[in-house]
Amino acid sequence: MNVIDVHGLRKEFKSYSSRKGLGGAFRDLLTRNYTVLRAVDDIDLQVKQGEMVAYIGENGAGKSTTIKMLTGILTPTAGEVQVNGMDPHRQREAFVRTIGVVFGQRSQLWWDIAVQESFRLLKKVYRLSDEHYDTHMKQVIETLEIEPLLDKPVRKLSLGQRMRCELAAALIHNPPLLFLDEPTIGLDVLVKMKIREFLKEINRKYKTTILLTTHDLSDIEALCDRVVLLDEGRIIYDGGLEALQNNWVEGKQVEFEFQKPVAKEELEQITAEFPVKWRAAEKLRGWKATVEGDDDTVSKVMSVVMSHHSISDVKLNQVSTEEIIRNIYEEGMHRHG
Amino acid sequence: MYLEMLRIRFLMMLAYRTNYYSGILIYSINIGAYYFLWQAIYGGQESIQGLSVVQMTTYVAIAWMARAFYFNNIDREIAQEIQEGKVAVEMIRPYNYLGMKTMQGLGEGLFRLLFFSAPGMVIVWLAFPISFSAEVSVWGFFFISLIFSFIVNTQINLLTGILTFFLLYNTGLIRAKRVVIDLFSGLLLPISFYPLWAQDIMAFLPFQAISYIPSMIFTEGFTGGEVYSALFQQAVWCLILIVPIQILWVTARRRLIVQGG
Repeated sequence: MNVIDVHGLRKEFKSYSSRKGLGGAFRDLLTRNYTVLRAVDDIDLQVKQGEMVAYIGENGAGKSTTIKMLTGILTPTAGEVQVNGMDPHRQREAFVRTIGVVFGQRSQLWWDIAVQESFRLLKKVYRLSDEHYDTHMKQVIETLEIEPLLDKPVRKLSLGQRMRCELAAALIHNPPLLFLDEPTIGLDVLVKMKIREFLKEINRKYKTTILLTTHDLSDIEALCDRVVLLDEGRIIYDGGLEALQNNWVEGKQVEFEFQKPVAKEELEQITAEFPVKWRAAEKLRGWKATVEGDDDTVSKVMSVVMSHHSISDVKLNQVSTEEIIRNIYEEGMHRHG
Repeated sequence: MYLEMLRIRFLMMLAYRTNYYSGILIYSINIGAYYFLWQAIYGGQESIQGLSVVQMTTYVAIAWMARAFYFNNIDREIAQEIQEGKVAVEMIRPYNYLGMKTMQGLGEGLFRLLFFSAPGMVIVWLAFPISFSAEVSVWGFFFISLIFSFIVNTQINLLTGILTFFLLYNTGLIRAKRVVIDLFSGLLLPISFYPLWAQDIMAFLPFQAISYIPSMIFTEGFTGGEVYSALFQQAVWCLILIVPIQILWVTARRRLIVQGG
């Protein structure tokens, strides 16, 4: 059975645009220009129990909007939504008992009171028994190592500490489905790793289905076997992470560091006969070449470049997921259909 | 669960102690100021509009103390939650948002009643000549009336708060509402002091159910049948106001936009 079952989901927003100048401002008082913006455009999505799905896309691609519709916060303009066998918007109060949600950018704990008071209130809100709370929460608190934070008010926690508490709060009723909207935003590597480990564990232990949005591709690599890629409100890719890596970019990436500054045109000129794309690397005088083709082509490119310019360093990389996603965003679907 | 919310609200109020102490001070100063103002207005006169000086002082004191109970900021909180997009978090909780807000208002009110009004009243009672009724029934009616005034005021606050869903920014409206309530509810001036035509208009508005009625009951400005009809009037307003709240809430939910991502 599908935990999430969505057909033709659509959300339109009316957005007002202001007219120019003072006269325009006065006209805005009476009538306003508005344009209809389609944030989510006919999405079909099925997620099975126990899956960990990454829902990714650029800013404004419609990720958060989708999550908000799946959690019953927003009403869809059109389409059918069934989550945990319920209509999230119509059966809101019953439905939200079966899900957990973490919004990375806003807190769901009460700002002025101690963390454990928030937990206690949530325990009452979800009508949990002491027994359930003690056994389940104790474990969660231990794994997330938030025991020493419990008596502090939320406003005094650091972001990493708060995020772990948020996660614990979202899992207090042990929901079968967990939505995470950018859960690792702004966190340091250690906290990120701790959170990932924890998510993997609850997924293994309770078969919790997890849908997460993120801009941090290492999250996806660590957690998800399925990726849903969104662009301008449409799903442009839905499948395994490996398949994404294999299908989208063949070949390798070579990173050169030259001794003297080199112009992009020069590089493009000398490697014109090969399927190479040049991009400036983060380093000074560094350039990255993405070479499509077999290892033979790669070595030819390298020898051509090195015979023209003296280099101080060269590195051969597998194309990273980040790179792939960047390519997809930049080029859209045109090239790969 | 709703009781737990009350408890949390208490904790939140206690978290800011300065607010608490300054609150008592502000209420006492307000009552003092109005006391001297009315002293001046009465001059040598025994009574104006059927209220004696002592009754008037009691009226002012009790009106302010009652205000501590029925007054709450949930309209501003709802507006803020909508503006900051926090309402999204409220919508993923399995409870009725408006019910929860009302409960928070009640928590705030009870807190103020116990820790603000009660000690404040003692101070005022020592400082100014105030007459407390010895009759148990008057106190009983007063508390019933006070509960109604809380409900009516909270309903008006909810209405103003929900309007933020449509206006997105309504600080002006909230301020205006506050002034209107202070003025038309009889907090600053008993309704019977207004010109007759104004009284007629106000009879059709819910505001006097907030402050005028409980204060008049307490000062025994209402007697006999008047008390019952006043309480009945309050009850009717409680019921009537449910209708626009429900309509607005259902519409608001449908067109909810979460601001800021």
